[in-house]
Amino acid sequence: MTFQLERVGLVHPNGHRALQGVTLMAAAGERMAVIGPSGAGKTTLLRLLACGLQPTEGRVGTLGASPWQMSARALRQHRARIGMVHQAPPIPPRLRVVTAVLAGRLGAWSTGRALRSLLYPSDIQGARDVLARLDLADRLFDRCDRLSGGQLQRVGIARVLYQAPALLLADEPVSALDPTLADEAVRALVAQSEASGATLVASLHAVDLALKWFPRIVGMRAGAVVFDAPASEVTRAMLHELYATEGSVLPTQGHDGVALPGLPAPGSGLNVVPLVRPGCR
Amino acid sequence: MSAALRPALLDEAQHDPQAKARLGALLLALVVLWPLAQLAEFRPWLLFDGANLKVMGNFLAGFLPPATNAEFLGLLLKATLETLAMATAGIALAFVLALPLAFVMTQSLSVSRIGPGPGRWRSLAARAAVRALLTLLRAIPEVVWALVLVRALGLGPAAGVLALAITYGGMLGKVYAEILESSDTRPARALLEAGSGRIAALCYGLLPAAAQELASYTVYRWECAVRASVVMGFVGAGGLGQLMDQSMKMLNGGEASSILLMFLALVLLADALSAGLRKLLA
Repeated sequence: MTFQLERVGLVHPNGHRALQGVTLMAAAGERMAVIGPSGAGKTTLLRLLACGLQPTEGRVGTLGASPWQMSARALRQHRARIGMVHQAPPIPPRLRVVTAVLAGRLGAWSTGRALRSLLYPSDIQGARDVLARLDLADRLFDRCDRLSGGQLQRVGIARVLYQAPALLLADEPVSALDPTLADEAVRALVAQSEASGATLVASLHAVDLALKWFPRIVGMRAGAVVFDAPASEVTRAMLHELYATEGSVLPTQGHDGVALPGLPAPGSGLNVVPLVRPGCR
Repeated sequence: MSAALRPALLDEAQHDPQAKARLGALLLALVVLWPLAQLAEFRPWLLFDGANLKVMGNFLAGFLPPATNAEFLGLLLKATLETLAMATAGIALAFVLALPLAFVMTQSLSVSRIGPGPGRWRSLAARAAVRALLTLLRAIPEVVWALVLVRALGLGPAAGVLALAITYGGMLGKVYAEILESSDTRPARALLEAGSGRIAALCYGLLPAAAQELASYTVYRWECAVRASVVMGFVGAGGLGQLMDQSMKMLNGGEASSILLMFLALVLLADALSAGLRKLLA
């Protein structure tokens, strides 16, 4: 079992309830996409799994242990085995790409090695390899403030690929990428999970991308899991109910070649944004 | 929803809800400042009174021309070097003192805050203790430390160096921690959440964004240390201040103005140094 959530609830210090009664588990090497309207609690769920938030109710187990019962040292080692791709890449603009990628292993490196690597990058080849998987090898020695938003997001992904965690989490990892690049980036995450046996959990905005790459789909709304099903069993009705608050259009990447099961192909009316939303007259 | 149906609601929506609070704060500031100005005997119009202008004019006229005789310039050069050495050594010591304290105090480098996790109370206590220590260090003005230390170490720059190190260590530590916390803290947090150590999180997550501010504040403090050495010179801690003290006691305005010109040059030097460092770190 890579992780195990039992009736987990979370109330933020400001009183806002983000999660309620979430029970979810995943076996090693499993790949699941978390979908749902914005504000559904997807990010909070991932941060719980990343041991970045402690639940208010229920129990969280990750990588076969209870993180919140560990000593500080053990928790640090535990966290080093969990990697998170953030939606907004948490990379200072003045950092060079190579440094930003190598920072992925700071949890495994000694402080001495971390400091030496600032003077001279300690694993240039390793950084180049992961960047190549995302078509960015030529930007290795550029500063991050020279990159476009989409390139920076891929550097954030490369950092976590370099970390090579046992639990790979991704929070809207391709929100700044165009459909082709987004597809490639998700492919890289999936390939990493296949190669290393890591469990992959990604929250995705585009439903078609989720259905294409992930065998298991978890639908969330208002802090609760609405459905948890194999991708082949997700129906149009389930998706429409999930996104009921966002109007009658399902969020997709909207490029050809990805068909939703039981849904008309993109371009045949599904992606036309209604000019008048129901209930707004 | 049409505007005609709900005019009251829309009217409400078009008002800035914070406007009243801002007006209140402005009035409160005036109410507080007025008695303070009275208490501080703040009467700027006295400056432009005819008799006062004449007295000030006579005093300033004594400053001209600046003294340029070779013997005094030699003294001035020696005192300048002494002041520079005192300020630089003082800031260097202050930096060594401030660095670990700021590192302990910076909240965004706290691992136990994530979650919150184990060791939360211990780390809160450590940060509070360091905060108290930094307050204590900088609460006592450097000139008081200098007065005390001159008695222990004798007349000369050594007392000034230590006095600067103590007070400025407290200031640097506090402001370093505040600069580190006011820059973008998400990179450091993301690194800590991925198991990175605190020192690595500081160097990879916080310093790249904060280095410029930290450098220019440190240089600014060095500039302040050069100025502070004047006051400390008055109590016998050497340097330009001691020279100034002697010139003023002998009512030698020319010498005093030469010393002031030297200060101007030093401040310009600090400015150029700061600009250069900022460019280097940009």
